[in-house]
Amino acid sequence: MADLQVNIAGVPLKNPLIAASGTFGFGREYSEFYPLSTLGGISCKGITLRERPGNPPPRIAETPSGMLNAVGLQNPGVDHFIERDLPWLKTQGTVIIANIAGNTPEDYCKMAEKLSGTDVDMVELNISCPNVKQGGVQFGTSCAGVESITAAVRRFCKKPLMVKLSPNVSDIGEIAAAAEAAGADAISMINTLTGMRIDINTRRPVLRNNTGGLSGPALLPVAVRMVWQASRRVKIPIVGMGGISQWQDAVELLLAGASALQIGTAFFTDPYAPVKIRDGLQQYLDRNGVASVAELTGAIRPW
Amino acid sequence: MKYDTMLCGLIRKNRLAEDIFDFTVEAGKLAEAACPGQFAHIYVPGKTLRRPISICEIDRDHKTLRFVFQVRGEGTRLLSQAEPGDRLDILAPLGRGFDLGGTGRKAVFVGGGIGVPPLLEAAKPFGENAAVLAGFRSGNAVILKEDFERAGNRVMIATDDGSSGHHGLVTDLLAGLACDVIFACGPTPMLKAVCRAAKERGVPCQVSLEQRMACGVGACLGCAVRLRRETGEEYYGHVCKDGPVFDAAQVVWED
Ligand SMILES: Cc1cc2nc3c(=O)[nH]c(=O)nc-3n(C[C@H](O)[C@H](O)[C@H](O)COP(=O)(O)OP(=O)(O)OC[C@H]3O[C@@H](n4cnc5c(N)ncnc54)[C@H](O)[C@@H]3O)c2cc1C
Ligand SMILES: Cc1cc2nc3c(=O)[nH]c(=O)nc-3n(C[C@H](O)[C@H](O)[C@H](O)COP(=O)(O)O)c2cc1C
Ligand code: FES
Repeated sequence: MADLQVNIAGVPLKNPLIAASGTFGFGREYSEFYPLSTLGGISCKGITLRERPGNPPPRIAETPSGMLNAVGLQNPGVDHFIERDLPWLKTQGTVIIANIAGNTPEDYCKMAEKLSGTDVDMVELNISCPNVKQGGVQFGTSCAGVESITAAVRRFCKKPLMVKLSPNVSDIGEIAAAAEAAGADAISMINTLTGMRIDINTRRPVLRNNTGGLSGPALLPVAVRMVWQASRRVKIPIVGMGGISQWQDAVELLLAGASALQIGTAFFTDPYAPVKIRDGLQQYLDRNGVASVAELTGAIRPW
Repeated sequence: MKYDTMLCGLIRKNRLAEDIFDFTVEAGKLAEAACPGQFAHIYVPGKTLRRPISICEIDRDHKTLRFVFQVRGEGTRLLSQAEPGDRLDILAPLGRGFDLGGTGRKAVFVGGGIGVPPLLEAAKPFGENAAVLAGFRSGNAVILKEDFERAGNRVMIATDDGSSGHHGLVTDLLAGLACDVIFACGPTPMLKAVCRAAKERGVPCQVSLEQRMACGVGACLGCAVRLRRETGEEYYGHVCKDGPVFDAAQVVWED
């Protein structure tokens, strides 16, 4: 049997499949289906320094092969996460990643400092939430922004630091390089692509926020392209995501340069998606005589 | 098990009205766990998001669930094409259903259109103690009347065009009807009117709400609904986990 273990910035994962932030809450709902130890890791719902109420509904719209969301970072705040969610999560036998978003660099630094004193395994810097005016996306769309926020948080973060990139940029390679230069230990990508839908009867946007983030299978080719472009610019590991719904998609993103993967919207279509993807990946490796999943990373044969 | 997915065989399919379908599926442990007012999240091949449909009836002996749904768009149209023998991928039972309390109390059930089916399983145990007020567009859109009557419920129909029962709003039928508790499901204007009437009478009232959903289990925070705590503080709860049935006093109606 091929080895599914991977190592991201010094953190060992039993398999490369991580639940994507915001699609898995703090894990309790999906623990009804299977032990959370089935997953390589969990990236928790994005948290902010203080509790956030989130956006008014509707927050969800279906799209061809995907969906838009404008949840607006509804969350109970970092202290609540540390006191109420993290202790339980840490008993689940999987890697726990805290996903943080802020209005200001100070917010991010304070959260990184607080989390450094906990037993969370990794911090994921969300500088790419498109659904709140100050969801950090202003830091995530320019190289200077990415560099300054990453460097600032780096000084306070004693945990492995993963920077989550926005696809809403013109040169993803530049952005990835900026994160690496500023001290990121890993990159995760991609967050949602900003989109919009209109109800033709009422002439109103379906989402109360007007715009939202596109996720799901429609995003896959964009993710594959961006992971490939970023992987040619950085040496730090890339955690790839965007539209993975079956094991073949997972293999594509690994070949494009990802060392591990996150799965999001696929949970909504099928809560058991990660189990099926893990088993499919295992069989693919065994069938092709690949000893370790890590060998797939960047193993694309480009023209 | 609180909820799970299961491939459920479709064993009975009926058409109740022009665009309304009635499915009974073999649901094993999902049927055993289900309570009135809960819902199922049904996979539609080719669609990224499942479709939330309320549980209309639960048969624990035969381990079946019944769903009655209206064709509204592409997803429900595809669903309506399933035939007996096909298997549906169902995630259920989800959410918090009706809190029936003592079924010796006088209960009024108010349903509007496709809001009527979710009331059936809840009304049955009330038997003769339940009055069911059901509103429809017209006489040929009336559904489930006999099902409620078989359970001993007293059914009163209202139609927009007067072609069956009372000519007017279903909430008109509330006038002069004494009761201890009200349960309602239907379009928002109807629910608002029912809640107002319940408040005026000081009668407790539970309403079943809808919202666009992704996960259906409370993880994605997509299906937000504005709620009020006893302290008066407002916040966003979630229809799939905190509901779909809410105490009327909790709900803050947004426009
Ligand atoms: C808890 C709950 C219980 C429900 N119970 C029933 C029932 O018993 N019978 C019935 O006929 N209908 C019920 N509905 C409404 C039903 O879910 C929608 O009519 C259906 O999702 C429409 O899908 P579509 O693809 O046909 O329409 P489209 O408009 O093409 O759907 C596009 C997207 O919007 C969503 N959507 C559209 N309308 C609604 C709506 N009213 N509520 C939630 N999501 C919506 C769809 O799920 C889909 O994601 C219920 C909804 C909820 C939330
Ligand atoms: C409902 C929803 C909520 C999300 N919330 C967050 C969040 O809080 N923080 C974050 O970094 N990404 C968030 N995302 C983005 C996902 O983590 C992921 O980057 C994106 O959905 C693409 O992957 P997918 O196509 O597999 O879903 C959210 C996505 C969805 C669908
Ligand atoms: S649909 Fe995901 S929280 Fe309700």
